[in-house]
Amino acid sequence: MTRTTGSTTLTAQTTATQPGAEVLLRALVEQGVEVIFGYPGGAVLPIYDALFKQNHIRHVLVRHEQAAVHAAEAYARSTGKVGVVLVTSGPGATNAVTGLLDAMMDSIPLVCLSGQVPTPLIGNDAFQEADTTGITRPVTKYNYLVRKPEDLAPAVHEAFAIARSGRPGPVLIDLPKNITVGDALYVDAKSVTPRTTRMTSEPDRAAIARAVAAMKAGKRPLFYTGGGVINSGPQASKALRKLVDLTGFPVTSTLMGLGAFPGTDRRFLGMLGMHGTYEANLATHDCDVLIALGSRFDDRVTGRLDAFSPNSFKIHVDIDPSQINKIVHVNEGIVGDVGQIIDLMIEEWEKQPAYAHKSDLDAWWAQIEGWRALDCLRFGQDQAPDAVIKPQQAIQRIYELARQTGRDTYVSTEVGQHQMWAAQFFRFDAPNRWLTSGGLGTMGYGLPAAVGAQIAHPDALVMDVAGEASTLMNIQELGTIAQYRLPVKIFIINNHYMGMVRQWQELLHGSRYSESYSDALPDFVKLAESFHATGLRVTRLDQLDATIRQALEHNGPVLVDICVEEGENCFPMIPSGAAHNQMILGPEQEASSATISKEGQMLV
Amino acid sequence: MQVEVSGSAVISLLVDNESGALARIVELFSGRGYNIQSLTVAPVDEHGSTSRVNIVTTGTQSSIRQVKTQLERLVPVSRVVNLTAEGPYVAREMALVKVVSSGEPRTEALRIAQAFRARAVDTTASSFVFELTGSTDKLDSFIELMRPLGLVEVSRTGVASICRGPQTIQNF
Ligand SMILES: Cc1ncc(C[n+]2csc(CCOP(=O)(O)OP(=O)(O)O)c2C)c(N)n1
Ligand SMILES: [Mg+2]
Repeated sequence: MTRTTGSTTLTAQTTATQPGAEVLLRALVEQGVEVIFGYPGGAVLPIYDALFKQNHIRHVLVRHEQAAVHAAEAYARSTGKVGVVLVTSGPGATNAVTGLLDAMMDSIPLVCLSGQVPTPLIGNDAFQEADTTGITRPVTKYNYLVRKPEDLAPAVHEAFAIARSGRPGPVLIDLPKNITVGDALYVDAKSVTPRTTRMTSEPDRAAIARAVAAMKAGKRPLFYTGGGVINSGPQASKALRKLVDLTGFPVTSTLMGLGAFPGTDRRFLGMLGMHGTYEANLATHDCDVLIALGSRFDDRVTGRLDAFSPNSFKIHVDIDPSQINKIVHVNEGIVGDVGQIIDLMIEEWEKQPAYAHKSDLDAWWAQIEGWRALDCLRFGQDQAPDAVIKPQQAIQRIYELARQTGRDTYVSTEVGQHQMWAAQFFRFDAPNRWLTSGGLGTMGYGLPAAVGAQIAHPDALVMDVAGEASTLMNIQELGTIAQYRLPVKIFIINNHYMGMVRQWQELLHGSRYSESYSDALPDFVKLAESFHATGLRVTRLDQLDATIRQALEHNGPVLVDICVEEGENCFPMIPSGAAHNQMILGPEQEASSATISKEGQMLV
Repeated sequence: MQVEVSGSAVISLLVDNESGALARIVELFSGRGYNIQSLTVAPVDEHGSTSRVNIVTTGTQSSIRQVKTQLERLVPVSRVVNLTAEGPYVAREMALVKVVSSGEPRTEALRIAQAFRARAVDTTASSFVFELTGSTDKLDSFIELMRPLGLVEVSRTGVASICRGPQTIQNF
């Protein structure tokens, strides 16, 4: 069962052989790799030795392999390049598994290089042996175990092609030590034909024409955009703006799609779904044409399926054919790169007879403005100088004060309430600035993601909006931040609870706060200082702005412990198993009466 | 939402003959909760570099469509055809059926085997091994008839399938 990866022609090869580790690095350089996030160990020492002897590729030493993957994810998402990870065999590879699945769920292009015991020892329970390809098969788009020297360079070239093509994702290459030590021939990228082109087809123009005709017939249309628009590249975001300009239709976005359309634009309704805005969710429920662009009808978006956008004509554009009709039956499915399809939609929109439902669209907008007037994100902050800070207040002020700096800003988050508030309050003008773990919801993502973003954009403002519980899951990355003097700003929204867990327990489990209290927390200020960073703490409203400003103005790493109200809940909320028009609103808005069914309790 | 009825489907794939390819396919089924009733795999091209996999699965039409598009995402998979959906096809499997009996049941077993055109590929004073090729239904009914006649062991290959007429899996 052996097969040379891709197909290689021998003509373009150089004649001399080199150690496999050097062949590997040469292939990485040819693929445009500038940075690797990694952690050494026995099985990858030959690769580290080769890294030592060259200066094309920079290695960033993390403090845990999971963090290497998250850093590479953020690097990839914020640059559009493929992120690269290097880990040793056994525990190095297993530590990377969570990150790989995170990248898989959020369609992030990565190549993870893992060391492996020498091929003659495979299967013998050798020291630090793991069946890495077996373990990572379900968490990668593809993986390789390189058994023969001649497969090495072709595997690397094909891995990059697979990682970035179609729906992007992580690819792992397992490298036995005898392969990296022994000699191999270099093969360049153009002599390898990757198996990525097999299933691709041209966009279906007739389907696009039918979709646009349905849009023209729409009286209550809505764009529902997702991470696919970001993955398609900045030109897709530009095309989306143009399409919205042309049509005048409202836009909502998934968590992963934030930034593809400017958050400050009047036609943006905010995020939809479980913690989406009132206007976005009601528009989704009531629209008559729903145009899904690079989004995948995730359960966090749809809520109760049989009540999801019940009366709309649904158009779904996705690069991955398996997403179409997976969860929601659509009327028009279009397979292809979403940026390209939007361009074709624009062409078609201009070709077809003019939009004839302007007055219906105006009425639709009036209805949306009515919903928007509820101001669903409004919260009641006590204005007394010594008042306890509301988490929403903290996040809103971080956003506003960061914006005032005028700097190009990248924001990562951990997972929980703070993540949802950040998604609600931060309004991004550009794609690739928002780094969050959507599909997997991985606590511990935010700090290493900030590392990756700051490495990729040394002059930008990089902030991590964190929860006190999540951030402890990869807190060791303060070491990486110190070593590389990364001026990352970490804002811990410290509510002394796993807030999102506490919120569900309050709403679904009779306020029995089982194991969700963040007990025995470290002194975050001293913790920061022990990692050579600046630590700040704020506990009262009148010091909030000054503290945030101080953090933003400091030119080194800062960790701010923002002690906030403990019991605050994140609203609006569509409880699991409820429909979009059954949102629970905050105390500031009228309490609506969504009842949570037993069935809802079983959903996660 | 309309309720969809479940049925079975025969899916044929062409796959690069590389290590882990079959594991990817099988894990896709188990990981996503699809059902495999039978599975066959063997190299089918002159170099032995491509294998054909035939899978019999059950599910609703939309879940079987999902299986197909999910299989198409796998890198080593170059072709996926739902033969049941694409028109007439031939599906055959082989069974080896061991019957241990004597007297009247033994004679009856032999008589039924002849009616099914099963061959006795091993015969002892107390046992037969019958070899039978045919559709899954035919094998099922043969095995049911043998059950009271001393059936002790069954080994089946699973289904090999191919579409009828001049077209091939390549030109769907
Ligand atoms: C690795 C991991 N374990 C558990 C969870 C489940 N979980 C989701 S949110 C959350 C609490 C997060 O608490 P914190 O970081 O303090 O954020 P908050 O909700 O308080 O803002 C937990 C435990 C998860 N998402 N990821
Ligand atoms: Mg918390």
